[in-house]
Amino acid sequence: MVGYDIVVIGSGPAGLAAAASAYKEGVKSILIIERDRELGGILQQCIHNGFGLFYFTQDLTGPEYATRFIEKVKENGISYKLNTMVLDITSERKIIAINKEEGLLEIQAKAVILAMGCRERTRGSINISGTRPAGIFTAGMAQRFVNMEGYMPGKEVVILGSGDIGLIMARRLTLEGANVKMVLELLPYSSGLTRNIVQCLQDYNIPLYFNHTITKIYGRDRVTGISFAEVDIKDKRPIAETEKEVACDTLLLAVGLIPENELSKKAGIEIDPITNGPVVNDRMETSVEGIFASGNVVHVHDLVDNVSKESEVAGRNAAKYVLSHKKFPSIKVKTVAGHGVLYVVPQIIHPQKMEEEITLYLRVKDIFKDQRLMITIGTEQNPKPIHSIKRLIMAPGEMQSINLKREQILKGIHVNDAAGIDTGLKLTVYIEAKGERKDE
Amino acid sequence: MYDVVIIGGGITGCSIARELSRYHLKVCVLEKEADLCCGTSKANSAIVHAGYDAKPGTLKAKLNVEGNVMYSRVCKELAVPFKRVGSVVVAFSEEEVADLKVLYERGLKNGVSEISIVNQEELRALEPNISTQAVAALYTKTAGIVCPFTLTIATAENAYTNGVNFFFNAEVKEVRVLAAHNGRFGFLLKTRVGSFESKYIVNAAGLYADLINQKIGGEPFSLIPRKGEYCIFDKDQGYLAKTVIFQVPTKMGKGILVSPTIDGNLLIGPTAQNIEDKQDTTTTEQGIQEIITGAKKSVPSFAMQKTITSFAGLRSVPNTEDFIISADKRVKGLVHAAGIESPGLTSVPAIAKMVREILEEEGLRCKRKRNFHPYRQPIIRFSELSPEKQRRLVRQNPNYGRVICRCETITEGEIIEAIQRPLGARDLDGVKRRTRAGMGRCQGGFCGPRVIEILARELKIPLNQVTKCGRASYALDGKTKDSGLEEKGGWQ
Ligand SMILES: Cc1cc2nc3c(=O)[nH]c(=O)nc-3n(C[C@H](O)[C@H](O)[C@H](O)COP(=O)(O)OP(=O)(O)OC[C@H]3O[C@@H](n4cnc5c(N)ncnc54)[C@H](O)[C@@H]3O)c2cc1C
Ligand SMILES: Cc1cc2nc3c(=O)[nH]c(=O)nc-3n(C[C@H](O)[C@H](O)[C@H](O)COP(=O)(O)OP(=O)(O)OC[C@H]3O[C@@H](n4cnc5c(N)ncnc54)[C@H](O)[C@@H]3O)c2cc1C
Repeated sequence: MVGYDIVVIGSGPAGLAAAASAYKEGVKSILIIERDRELGGILQQCIHNGFGLFYFTQDLTGPEYATRFIEKVKENGISYKLNTMVLDITSERKIIAINKEEGLLEIQAKAVILAMGCRERTRGSINISGTRPAGIFTAGMAQRFVNMEGYMPGKEVVILGSGDIGLIMARRLTLEGANVKMVLELLPYSSGLTRNIVQCLQDYNIPLYFNHTITKIYGRDRVTGISFAEVDIKDKRPIAETEKEVACDTLLLAVGLIPENELSKKAGIEIDPITNGPVVNDRMETSVEGIFASGNVVHVHDLVDNVSKESEVAGRNAAKYVLSHKKFPSIKVKTVAGHGVLYVVPQIIHPQKMEEEITLYLRVKDIFKDQRLMITIGTEQNPKPIHSIKRLIMAPGEMQSINLKREQILKGIHVNDAAGIDTGLKLTVYIEAKGERKDE
Repeated sequence: MYDVVIIGGGITGCSIARELSRYHLKVCVLEKEADLCCGTSKANSAIVHAGYDAKPGTLKAKLNVEGNVMYSRVCKELAVPFKRVGSVVVAFSEEEVADLKVLYERGLKNGVSEISIVNQEELRALEPNISTQAVAALYTKTAGIVCPFTLTIATAENAYTNGVNFFFNAEVKEVRVLAAHNGRFGFLLKTRVGSFESKYIVNAAGLYADLINQKIGGEPFSLIPRKGEYCIFDKDQGYLAKTVIFQVPTKMGKGILVSPTIDGNLLIGPTAQNIEDKQDTTTTEQGIQEIITGAKKSVPSFAMQKTITSFAGLRSVPNTEDFIISADKRVKGLVHAAGIESPGLTSVPAIAKMVREILEEEGLRCKRKRNFHPYRQPIIRFSELSPEKQRRLVRQNPNYGRVICRCETITEGEIIEAIQRPLGARDLDGVKRRTRAGMGRCQGGFCGPRVIEILARELKIPLNQVTKCGRASYALDGKTKDSGLEEKGGWQ
């Protein structure tokens, strides 16, 4: 069995950034394992631009963004294996992987960083009625065909779901000469970035219908058409009278992403039922000691810049874990999604041993205009406000982030709380209900 | 000149082919689709029934019980996964308990062994996730679950190895009855891939057997398609059913079953709706709603968001209300194996034997082959091997070191084998049915592009000629304008 200080599973932006920052922190024995034929993860098929506006303050394509990190990994001489699939990982951080050249590999790691990204939801998971012909693709799969294999999925296209991948593919297929007839969205708003709605649909006159869904698929060999209908805003069920048919030979589904955590489950890692990713603490460590996680495997990100930032935290702390096994106690604070908030990552904070500053990532449940995000800390009965920020607009499709300094958090805690480890302290993030605002 | 032409490459046709391959006979199977198992045999409950359902005295009752007994051996010979998990018919009221007794009596009459009525507590021990409303159940140990695709394909493979020819895309369009004289008779069957002369025809065309019969001029019968819809759930829901869980049949139908599948998923369904179109395997919103509601009655706790796919199959319901397995009364040399609705899958080993006996009665001379080889090697399932064996296999053949399907851990080696085998896979569905690549929770999202690539390479066809299921079901369109690669800006 071979051994490494740190093994990173997945070489998307998360894995690459985590590896690079672990190296910078002083760990040299690092191995990245990637199942695809090149480093870079999903970015390699995202040949559009819009990456790195925050992290590099430059507008890069996906592959360009990936290249910057890949170069860093290569410069540092960090080892990596391509075309290698991780099959199993234990809570003792033993990894089983496989490739053609070396066969079955057994690797012992002192720390592991999970960076497996996510997968797409499929037709099955949303139960669309009708036939089961060829011509139904998830949007990311279609993107791979077009951008990496050089093949078109079809000519006459309907897209279900207005998330970023759906929007990007609407433009991509149009540029390639396909006729994108419409994008349908179940919700009253898009879960994609506003800039993508403008640049990918409006600029090409592709109609976007909110509160609509597909009710039926037709065709025996290839798709020949679909039926779609408006849905009732409340129960999301199609309204029969509004049903219409449209001919098409291709249906793209962009109906959401699910963090890929089959391996995490094998290692016995606790999974958050809302994010579908591991429960992590402020150091991006999972419930299993020595196993860290970052990027889309933890929660689905819309901007790669946040993935990189979050992954540096994971990499740095995995390195610290390897270099000094010192344990010092800290009280544990759970983060809680309050009113209007869907989830908060990390789920656990250890204020006394956290870094100087942490970033909380969260998603809101609805569209909120000109509202305040409030943060309190304390017991259920006695929450103290520690921070609040006004945001002009918050939408479910755009992840929110808040930076908090350690002092801010510590301020809300009594020092003698530190005696116990789980004191029932909670850090709650919520959207202030308008009109109820008290002066701070 | 063939001795026997079998029309239909479903489980019925393939089982008959294998049975006939034990004898010195020239036999072929004509299948209208591009692969085996594209009809009813691919979409059913996959249950090997115990045999208490059918009315005593019917062919269904007899062949079900006989077939059930034969299953262990057939599946062992053909290396097909089969488990006798047992089944329970659950009663939710005292009235229904009375119905259980009727089923129990019928089971005894039909010759079902190891059958008993269990009380609530015993039922809970068998099925910890059963609804608290369940009061008792009819328990049969001999019921089992099987993989219908593997069974059909394995049966055909074995028949092929023993000398049966198979022709695909060979829809029988026209049948000419050659003049019968001097005790000689025969047929000329026309298909797109050629004409076939044969002494006997076995009509195993599933739902279309009535139309084949009409073409030949046999004594009329009719088959009505009755649709059954299903949902399949992720393997992490598989634990919810240990045995096959039925409900007491009511006037409204047989009720919805909840069952583990042989691969560990959870299956719920089917509906039962008579329809007109023999091709209509669409799923419907009402259908799916009905099975969800029905299944919740037995097992309330499955998670809807764990559905991985839904599908529908068509029973061929005969107007005679029993299997039609007989020599045609009007046309000499024509033998039917038609109206094979449920429990058809269970009964096929016995059906095959019966058809051979009928052929013999009709004058076919069946002389046993000494070199009949009943065994079939399965496609290696990499994920099921011990680490030692996995290691050795990759060393011998590195293709087993490349995982193509992440959900089911299927390697390139397995997919290549599925394509290169006798009667190998020719399309995506063919690969899926032989290896399970694409059957997992991501439904081909990850492996689809890779399987298309492997199919194109192995079959030496361009990527965009690869189909999902034969005919014109092309998976991809043409190339992109610039093959998409320019925009990559020299990266790589
Ligand atoms: C279509 C699309 C458009 C986007 N557009 C933008 C945009 O315009 N701007 C922007 O900022 N962001 C964009 N994003 C978001 C951004 O690309 C993602 O958030 C980011 O790539 C996620 O990084 P990751 O490393 O977590 O996951 P990934 O990039 O998915 O990487 C995960 C890697 O892990 C590997 N892996 C998984 N399991 C295993 C295993 N068992 N063994 C070995 N390897 C494994 C995978 O092969 C993959 O390479 C877009 C995303 C998509 C999909
Ligand atoms: C919803 C449902 C649930 C079921 N559940 C069970 C169960 O749990 N247990 C059980 O024992 N049984 C079950 N059954 C029954 C079982 O599935 C069938 O009995 C069995 O699959 C029938 O197989 P077959 O070969 O007769 O028909 P098919 O599989 O339909 O095969 C007929 C073949 O003939 C071909 N064909 C048609 N016309 C022509 C032509 N002109 N030329 C050439 N080829 C032609 C077709 O393409 C097809 O491949 C179920 C059936 C259904 C629909």
